[in-house]
Amino acid sequence: MIGGLFIYNHKGEVLISRVYRDDIGRNAVDAFRVNVIHARQQVRSPVTNIARTSFFHVKRSNIWLAAVTKQNVNAAMVFEFLYKMCDVMTAYFGKISEENIKNNFVLIYELLDEILDFGYPQNSETGALKTFITQTGIKSQSKEEQSQITSQVTGQIGWRREGIKYRRNELFLDVLESVNLLMSPQGQVLSAHVSGRVVMKSYLSGMPECKFGMNDKIVIDKQGKGGASEEAAAGKSDLGGSGGGGGKQSIAIDDCTFHQCVRLSKFDAERSISFIPPDGECELMRYRTTKDIILPFRVIPLVREVGRTKLEVKVVIKSNFKPSLLAQKIEVRIPTPLNTSGVQVICMKGKAKYKASENAIVWKIKRMAGMKESQISAEIELLPTNDKKKWARPPISMNFEVPFAPSGLKVRYLKVFEPKLNYSDHDVIKWVRYIGRSGIYETRC
Amino acid sequence: MTDSKYFTTTKKGEIFELKAELNSDKKEKKKEAVKKVIASMTVGKDVSALFPDVVNCMQTDNLELKKLVYLYLMNYAKSQPDMAIMAVNTFVKDCEDPNPLIRALAVRTMGCIRVDKITEYLCEPLRKCLKDEDPYVRKTAAVCVAKLHDINAQLVEDQGFLDTLKDLISDSNPMVVANAVAALSEIAESHPNSNLLDLNPQSINKLLTALNECTEWGQIFILDCLANYTPRDDRESQSICERVTPRLSHANSAVVLSAVKVLMKFMEMLPKDLDYYGTLLKKLAPPLVTLLSAEPELQYVALRNINLIVQKRPEILKHEMKVFFVKYNDPIYVKLEKLDIMIRLASQANIAQVLAELKEYATEVDVDFVRKAVRAIGRCAIKVEQSAERCVSTLLDLIQTKVNYVVQEAIVVIKDIFRKYPNKYESVIATLCENLDSLDEPEARAAMIWIVGEYAERIDNADELLESFLEGFHDESTQVQLQLLTAIVKLFLKKPTETQELVQQVLSLATQDSDNPDLRDRGYIYWRLLSTDPVAAKEVVLAEKPLISEETDLIEPTLLEELICHIGTLASVYHKPPSAFVEGSRGVMHKRLPARTGSGEGTECPDVGNAAGGSAPEAAPSIIPSQGDLLGDLLNLDLAPPTTTGPTPSTSGMQMGGMDLLGGGLESLLGGDIGGSPAMGAGFGAAPAVMPASLNAPVGGGLGDLFDLGGGVGMPMGAYIPPKTVWLPAMKAKGLEISGTFARRAGVIQMELVLTNKAMSVMTDFAIQFNRNSFGLAPAGPLQVLTPLGPNQTIEVSLPLSTVGPVMKMDPLNNLQVAVKNNIDVFYFSCQYPISMLFVEDGKMERQVFLATWKDIPNDNESQFQIQDCHLNSASNKLQGSNIFTIAKRTVEGQDMLYMSIKLSNGIWVLAELKVQAGNPNYTVILNESKYISSLRFFQ
Repeated sequence: MIGGLFIYNHKGEVLISRVYRDDIGRNAVDAFRVNVIHARQQVRSPVTNIARTSFFHVKRSNIWLAAVTKQNVNAAMVFEFLYKMCDVMTAYFGKISEENIKNNFVLIYELLDEILDFGYPQNSETGALKTFITQTGIKSQSKEEQSQITSQVTGQIGWRREGIKYRRNELFLDVLESVNLLMSPQGQVLSAHVSGRVVMKSYLSGMPECKFGMNDKIVIDKQGKGGASEEAAAGKSDLGGSGGGGGKQSIAIDDCTFHQCVRLSKFDAERSISFIPPDGECELMRYRTTKDIILPFRVIPLVREVGRTKLEVKVVIKSNFKPSLLAQKIEVRIPTPLNTSGVQVICMKGKAKYKASENAIVWKIKRMAGMKESQISAEIELLPTNDKKKWARPPISMNFEVPFAPSGLKVRYLKVFEPKLNYSDHDVIKWVRYIGRSGIYETRC
Repeated sequence: MTDSKYFTTTKKGEIFELKAELNSDKKEKKKEAVKKVIASMTVGKDVSALFPDVVNCMQTDNLELKKLVYLYLMNYAKSQPDMAIMAVNTFVKDCEDPNPLIRALAVRTMGCIRVDKITEYLCEPLRKCLKDEDPYVRKTAAVCVAKLHDINAQLVEDQGFLDTLKDLISDSNPMVVANAVAALSEIAESHPNSNLLDLNPQSINKLLTALNECTEWGQIFILDCLANYTPRDDRESQSICERVTPRLSHANSAVVLSAVKVLMKFMEMLPKDLDYYGTLLKKLAPPLVTLLSAEPELQYVALRNINLIVQKRPEILKHEMKVFFVKYNDPIYVKLEKLDIMIRLASQANIAQVLAELKEYATEVDVDFVRKAVRAIGRCAIKVEQSAERCVSTLLDLIQTKVNYVVQEAIVVIKDIFRKYPNKYESVIATLCENLDSLDEPEARAAMIWIVGEYAERIDNADELLESFLEGFHDESTQVQLQLLTAIVKLFLKKPTETQELVQQVLSLATQDSDNPDLRDRGYIYWRLLSTDPVAAKEVVLAEKPLISEETDLIEPTLLEELICHIGTLASVYHKPPSAFVEGSRGVMHKRLPARTGSGEGTECPDVGNAAGGSAPEAAPSIIPSQGDLLGDLLNLDLAPPTTTGPTPSTSGMQMGGMDLLGGGLESLLGGDIGGSPAMGAGFGAAPAVMPASLNAPVGGGLGDLFDLGGGVGMPMGAYIPPKTVWLPAMKAKGLEISGTFARRAGVIQMELVLTNKAMSVMTDFAIQFNRNSFGLAPAGPLQVLTPLGPNQTIEVSLPLSTVGPVMKMDPLNNLQVAVKNNIDVFYFSCQYPISMLFVEDGKMERQVFLATWKDIPNDNESQFQIQDCHLNSASNKLQGSNIFTIAKRTVEGQDMLYMSIKLSNGIWVLAELKVQAGNPNYTVILNESKYISSLRFFQ
């Protein structure tokens, strides 16, 4: 198991050091600094073995977090834990920076004592932790409160406490998708996938049982066979959604993972998503689709080398969704060679600028409706070099935001049942929003 | 509130100031002072001088302050054990506190204070906390048992905490169950045979129920524990799989990987024609792909594991090639791993896509990545024949870029393509020759020279080209020199008329002006061949070459099986067994996949990798193949007609060794050893020793060998030397194969090694090192390999050993972990030495002393076992050759009794009584040890 945990600043000075196991000595702190942070060559693996001691590290801005062990630990768990620790720290004091860590070092030690025992990760749900690690002392708790805390920390529903009350029961669902594309210069899709998240913000009283439904192909097909009765019931509470491209009925989900509140065995057996949500915000589900993706934009590059000192670049972008919808924050990044000496740009729409420090032409368009087309052309002048190596044309990348889900996913319903309190599904105010963003959206040129 | 100010104070006299503040009456000031102390501690300053003052602050109802003081205590208690006692009272009191959070805090902290005196006081509070009404306290106490066990294992056993911990597995709270499982798994690891985690269908059911309810971390503990279980049959295996599969949808990647591990392992037991088997295979792919959208560090862990899974079960991901395409912004470690997997998945169906990608990668910036991409193109050509042509043309395109390292890498792989598809792509040679000047790496130069020599008849100016290399002959690396020598000889055999001068020149350079014996020897051989029989020379030098294999860099099957059992862990990231990077005995146990039920293979094959955790009930007592068994096997086989095939390949590593011996090393076995070692002769005379099944300690086996010797008649004196076995197969060590044995010659223990270079490049700079071991064996001098070891060369080395090295108990006792280094890498292997090697020459005990000692030894130290089928007529003489001395002989009731003494190099005496029943070839051996060493499991 994890033998120790260190946090360093960019210079390699220790900010936090907590040792859990006897086999980790003080010299481990220095070993990591010398061999990884100060290494002459950039370390090429997140796992380093130095003198039979293994170091796992992640970096957040310029802060290094390192976990140390001498045993054959579960490596995936160690990294998951390090990310989790970052989440917890962010939830407590915001951005992970040297200053914040120094300001909160007592709190961090307290957290580390709680979420890692003898190197074994313990409950690290921020919701639960915040009930008893507060930095204000907890003398005032009554006995009842104490046992409530401990039963929440260890309980089956560790992410939610009892007795929550809201005057207005409300929930917000965000379907956030990032669409990833790699396209060849000839317009052939090399790989494309959507990785999506359903984020739920709930303000519900009591311990509500929720059931979430979407246009999952497997469910829809099953229902098609089984009769339309449930379909009708579901239709009543249909939250609708402003779909983007085609009017697809259902989508094929390659794989999905759920927040720990979702009953996985139920999903496995019936493919129904039921849970008691944590209070406030949580990421209910992550999913991935690869079939029938609506690619919101198409990039058509044209690069021509004119002699050894000049490049002509023309890039056309086409939007490919309903004309009534508007894409926002569009940015096209056209890489330029390292020996660029000057650039002239002409674009029909938006603004384009050559950024020498980034070796790229950045073309920004604020808004663009569907089924439109726009174009940029640039002349790049190059300094003559005697470098034999050809320029390794990096791909043209794109950023954007569209108000629909490129995977075609639609929320069909989210039903809320709270048997003990007197509010019903109809009393809950529900909101759904779809946002599609670009992930790694690249076209080779 | 900003606490960062505490980090800044560095002025002198700080300790005194702090002392004053700590003793201040004001609570706030006290707290501030403790914070400063902790800050100093963090940055590495020694603040242990403040121990009494800080401990004084412990009695407080301020929880924050209390936690800080505890943190300080955990750090410094060890250096101030006497002072730490002061804290005990508070701990004991806190363990009774009405607030469960404080009770848990106290028991958690107490376990982290590694002071013997404190642990004594810990027992009572811990016992209470293990039965506390609050689950939070119980789950903390469960982990505390593991902490205590780490400090004082005996105490934990004596106090009966292990039983309490086992009870917690049935606790109503899932988190308590999870922590109890984690603690028990850890304790079980250091007691391989304790059967502590007594996994049976009932307890498995409990774990599976808890699995649905506990936190993500708890699920990992439980899944990792489940992976150690061996189901009784395929039906149980399937039902566990069915209950584990929902975990594949968990958001936590570690839960997913641990579930994959359980499924991969239990799948082994399912019959392949089962519908469920196919369903399961299909279910595994999507979660593995999803892991690739995690953070880069996790992607790396996932990719390393996928690399293993793809080798074990290629069918799972065969349609998922696209997800392994490299993204421009991937970190380099992710890129390199993805590339590896792409090559493994390349097939005729997707080769076009793969090639297009690889070509793209070859223009990237990172040198390592580009090289690997170029090499990958070559590997595709060799793997998928239909794509070879396209690959070659892609490589030619790349050569045209004139980027130095791309060209060199391309030439190296084109050489392999030529070998795989002879007489097909030689038209490209002209292009290759154009780049001759730009090659500066030995591997590329050697490859190019090989090509020129191999196709000398089609290259008009081959002689000129080779001559140009010859100018700087002495500056070249050995690899290039050897290749150049061979190439010119080939050229001469093909075009004898024009190149006579050239060949003479190279032969004289190689034989007269070179210090390198390999080069010299090869030169002489060619010279002799050419001068005596040019036809024979042609047959030898221009002989048809064996085909090269399609897959490269495959992990050796036994290792792969073991690594599959370690999915998700560090071992799977390093692609090394845990023993290679974990110190001591913890977690070094070999794991292996369960055998398919019904086939019966599982019980037959010798069982080296003992079932994990000792928890899996073995159907039959396992027999560790000692040298004797192996010898028996070999002899058996050897007596049979030569057409018999070897034993069916099995999963065991040792068996593989046996196979190797049979194949390659047969002549050394029969030729070398019959003459050299009398032991072998004896083995031939007698029937192969059959070990009683109960004798599963290798030591016993070794002893059996000794008795086995007795069977021969009129044997010359001399200690028993086991035949050489392969310790390190070439596949695992980048072409270096090591086999060897141990011998005792003239009172000195010798490790006799045979190093064989099966790689293409020369190996130099050999060195050897041992891990600490039970008898303190250590090399007495450096490994004497003075000359570089050329490709396909073999060298025998004898390494004298001393017994004065550091000692650590190994399991099995005679296990020796060895590291061998050469210019390529460091390789690790472990081997077992016959215990008889440690018997020293002055092991003859006086009769009186013997009698006295025999009586003094408590019965606990006595053990008995039987040896069958040995003809022990003049045994004592033979045994004396192995330093086992007969003290006395008497006859009681028709039984001959022999009394013998042995002294081990570490001074331990072993006394033995040998009962020989007349007419019955069975012998009973009673062993007595003069020192209590049963913990060493000397004789079972």
